[in-house]
Amino acid sequence: MDLILQGIIKAFHLIVSFDPEVISITWLSLKISGTATLISLFVGVSVGVAVALNDFFGKRLVISIINTGMGLPPVVVGLFVTIMIWRSGPFGFLEILYTPYAMIIAQAVIATPIVMGISLAAIQNLPPNLRLQILSLGASRLQMVWVLVKESRLPLLAAVMAGFGGVISEIGASIMVGGNIKGYTRVLTTATVMETGKGNFDLAIALAIILLLLAFTINFLLTQIQQRQQSR
Amino acid sequence: MKQSPLLSAENLVVKRGKVTVLNVDELKIFTGRTLALIGPNGAGKSTLLLTLAGLLPMESGKIYFQSRQVSNFSDFVMLRRHAAVVFQEPLLLNMSVEKNVAVGLKFRNLSRAQIKNSVDEALAYFGIEQLAKRAAKTLSGGESKRVSLARAFAIKPKIILLDEAFNSLDAPTREAIIDDLQNILQKTKITAVLALHDREETLRLAHDVAVMSEGKIIQQGTTAQVFHQPINEYIANFVGTEVILEGVVKKSEAGLMDVAVSGHIIEAVGDFKTGQKVCCCLRPENITVSKTVPEKISARNVFKGKVLKAARQAYFYKLTLDCGFVISAYITIPSFDELNICEGDTLAVSFKATAVHMIKR
Repeated sequence: MDLILQGIIKAFHLIVSFDPEVISITWLSLKISGTATLISLFVGVSVGVAVALNDFFGKRLVISIINTGMGLPPVVVGLFVTIMIWRSGPFGFLEILYTPYAMIIAQAVIATPIVMGISLAAIQNLPPNLRLQILSLGASRLQMVWVLVKESRLPLLAAVMAGFGGVISEIGASIMVGGNIKGYTRVLTTATVMETGKGNFDLAIALAIILLLLAFTINFLLTQIQQRQQSR
Repeated sequence: MKQSPLLSAENLVVKRGKVTVLNVDELKIFTGRTLALIGPNGAGKSTLLLTLAGLLPMESGKIYFQSRQVSNFSDFVMLRRHAAVVFQEPLLLNMSVEKNVAVGLKFRNLSRAQIKNSVDEALAYFGIEQLAKRAAKTLSGGESKRVSLARAFAIKPKIILLDEAFNSLDAPTREAIIDDLQNILQKTKITAVLALHDREETLRLAHDVAVMSEGKIIQQGTTAQVFHQPINEYIANFVGTEVILEGVVKKSEAGLMDVAVSGHIIEAVGDFKTGQKVCCCLRPENITVSKTVPEKISARNVFKGKVLKAARQAYFYKLTLDCGFVISAYITIPSFDELNICEGDTLAVSFKATAVHMIKR
């Protein structure tokens, strides 16, 4: 009990004193996971919408693959991304292993199927005649897609939350491709693992609390937007 | 009709999977007229409507819009820009009423002022100006329907296509919306195609009728033609057994109207305005015939009519009488025998002013 209490007190101290290391780790986590979420939003929504709106051979198979991807184990992603960017791997020439870029790629790979699956379901859940209605009002195909995406903005916000929540708290892939290099690729999750391993529970608890607060704040803001839209 | 049709279709075939769901040899829709598509569920009314609007892929066939064949992609986009579809469900977007009505105008990249003008005009058409700022999803069924109609009219289409637009509305709401629609169609002269389910709606709104069955058009003509000569049992049931007489209200006073029908005056209960075009509907069972003109009778309408035809039905006779307008009367077999009726006889025909069912045209 004493351990936890001390940890919390230390954590509080670290947070309110704006400890430079804690701040930089937090900021890096936000940058990496935020960028990865943005990439996944762009790729996930476009592919999700395209799959939802077009009929083609093997569509169900594709949807099954996307849905499976929503539960992709981060270590598997970490493994494959590592192999890809390993010095002798196909993208080895990029020399990005153990850099934040590698972490962004790995996290984007994890978040993209989540965003894709949710946006696909969101578009498919719209009334079937809505597409025809929008076209009949004179929309070009691009305008029609834009209206449909806007119409699914609530589930799409949920997709952002799920995607961001998935990657900010993810550790396996981050540690594999990032390597937890101090001041360079060390993020909240990897730092927490390390400090716990070293027995620095106070620091580990501080990092864990910040991680929780971060995830909560982002989700709280997005939920605010979502609920305001809902009640309009 | 010498003019060329606004929209026409030839040898239209639409398939769903391997099943042919639409097979229309010919359909012409003329400018300023309202065509009703009637027929049982699954007859292909909605499919035809959507195909005419350029929204469903055709297996084969041709569509002409303003005498030009609609063939390539840009032709279809052009057709869609001039044809507005109103679906059975309102399909409003999750935004305010005025934004919903503005949606089609925004697609056309019009200026803000133009959009505002057209939106205000369309809202006024359907009497929903006060709803402008409301969120679409807080509206009632009738309000939503008005908004979806206003949205379609806002883009000033050359042709408007309504798919079962009045289903799922309660009777008073439906009445009010049909009233508005009727006025707007008369005022704007916008060509319309309506998939309808109800004979009264058809009589009120349509100039022409196309009867559909199993993906085909099996009868086509003016409303009067189709209603007077239904070609099958479905249509006969749909149009009812009533005699329908077209007329104009000449006088309307204290709930009683004089309606001019083929040079005769029929008295009917109701309070339509003088000059209103109407259909007078009479059920054959409400018509009484007598050998001599009855005296001191409460029925407001008494005419002399010649028996054109007396047809024996299972339990009664159906008389077809020419009173200057043609009507039918059912009389029992004993009455028929007692009156000793023969074809060519002249009889007195009477019916009550309350037996005349009036429909606005």
